[in-house]
Amino acid sequence: MSDLIGILSAGRKPVKELAVISGKGGTGKTSIVASFAALSHSSVLADCDVDAADLHLVLDPRVLRRNEFMGGNRARIKSGHCTACGKCEELCRFDAIFFDGPGNGIVEKTFRVDPVICEGCGVCAWFCAEDAIDFGPVVNGEWFLSETRCGPMVHAKLGIAEENSGKLVSTVRTSAKRIAEERQLDLVIIDGSPGIGCPVIASVTGATLVLVVTEPTLSGLHDLERVAELTRHFGIPTLVCVNKWDINPEVCERIEARAREEGLGLAGRVRYDHAVTEAQIRGKAVIEYAQDGCAADVRAVWSVVEARLNGSACPAGEEL
Amino acid sequence: MRIAIASGKGGTGKTTVATNLAWVAARNGRSVAYLDCDVEEPNGHLFLKPEISSSRPIGRLHPAVDEEKCAHCGLCGEICQYSAIVCVGEKVLVYPELCHACGGCVLVCAPGAITEVLRESGKLEIGQAGPVRFVHGVLRIGEAMSTHLIRQVKQAAPETDLVIIDSPPGTSCPVIESVRDADYVLLVTEPTPFGLNDLKLAVGMVRTMKLPLGVVINRAGSGDSQTAEYCRMQGIEVLATIPDDRRVAEAYSRGVLASEAMPEIRTRMEQLLARLCGATALCEVRL
Repeated sequence: MSDLIGILSAGRKPVKELAVISGKGGTGKTSIVASFAALSHSSVLADCDVDAADLHLVLDPRVLRRNEFMGGNRARIKSGHCTACGKCEELCRFDAIFFDGPGNGIVEKTFRVDPVICEGCGVCAWFCAEDAIDFGPVVNGEWFLSETRCGPMVHAKLGIAEENSGKLVSTVRTSAKRIAEERQLDLVIIDGSPGIGCPVIASVTGATLVLVVTEPTLSGLHDLERVAELTRHFGIPTLVCVNKWDINPEVCERIEARAREEGLGLAGRVRYDHAVTEAQIRGKAVIEYAQDGCAADVRAVWSVVEARLNGSACPAGEEL
Repeated sequence: MRIAIASGKGGTGKTTVATNLAWVAARNGRSVAYLDCDVEEPNGHLFLKPEISSSRPIGRLHPAVDEEKCAHCGLCGEICQYSAIVCVGEKVLVYPELCHACGGCVLVCAPGAITEVLRESGKLEIGQAGPVRFVHGVLRIGEAMSTHLIRQVKQAAPETDLVIIDSPPGTSCPVIESVRDADYVLLVTEPTPFGLNDLKLAVGMVRTMKLPLGVVINRAGSGDSQTAEYCRMQGIEVLATIPDDRRVAEAYSRGVLASEAMPEIRTRMEQLLARLCGATALCEVRL
């Protein structure tokens, strides 16, 4: 079957992936992705901000399939078997073992693994002389295949205080790409998470293009520099968009100058507009809610991004 | 007293609250340390402008294999849960970026062929910002895991009455590491659907960790009343509201502490500190 799909899709162009990230949180990634979703007519959406996913609040997905996510193993001490030798506590590098478990016929207190802190390395279980530690897979979260008014969407919910967000991001991305191939859609739009760590790396590696949404603040500038270094490290072409640019036009210009120095493309500016929050409260993308103001800016940014995805070397918004 | 400032959603104003709170508390005569645990994107230094007195590289352990001693038993690959060490025939491959430094491979290696070596993964900086003691970590770009560096930042905390921990956004491992031994968690949110959704996730996380919590609603008036309603229904104390004011955003954009630029924000921060005293035992350690 997979061979057949391979043959059928051989003549098609490979699916492109646009990853929208920011470094700094709260710069407007998700609001911009929601508008891109409404503007693009042949894409799959992948909400890769798995520990604080918000895209579903705007796109109102109808879940078609719910899947359990098992990202790793976890240790659990069987208090009935524990002899309180303390070997596990001694070996655990993550300080996840506490001497406050219930007593049994042998000892008054036993050891206990804090499931929130446990990183699932299994060292305690391997070396427990009493074989008193269970070590096995746990459900870390859920991921969903859904349909929205803007096309198919893959999203996820990491369990409360769970690990392995990078693996869950990879799961979401892989399945979004598969859906794009199956339905002959040519783009996956990835809504990334803030920061530069494991979930962000999992969101951007191998992507066709990264759009960094930043804001005209010294924090935005500082974080852009770090995120630019990250995409350079992974060799991914990168565009920069300054959201709420009129909050500080001077810092906005510094950011754009910096982006040019770093060899990044400029995708344009989006003005500060209360319509973004109003649209969000109504469960709409801002371009569905308003025509003028920042909605017009977002449309302009999308056309630059789209041109770049379609291979035009010098996007129209390069020189502002 | 250790107070962690967290939020599910990014950009709600964690750093604004953390830096202003530290500054106001120090101005009021308390001994205060500010720890920036958002090591992926640390920004507190832009506002507190510390003089850094010590900067040192932080390393992360990963295994190194002495092929001469290796018996090719494959146990290292078997115990490793992260595929960071793999035995392929006569060869042992190590992938340092996947390693969690649990030490399992070293422990199972009978011939003692595996040792742990340090690889630089970031830096730890300590300094002084006026009356505030300052510590932050800066993760090396391309490094996936940050919890080890967060742990180092917290271990470097000087002895003070009040420790303010500025956490990264989200609800997963780096946040848990940042807040885990706090005495109180202050969640900063904004009154929008995104802010509320992520606040609920953060409340779930803090409750799972069995830590006391309170909420600060930032940019109050910019969205709807659902967030305040949620806090009321859940019995969560709202310790402060910071009004939606373009001047606060502009001060932030220039790296200026809002409570230095705007007396009314300073008053709000003083009230927040007083309410934190009420919510915790902070008042008992007043100088």
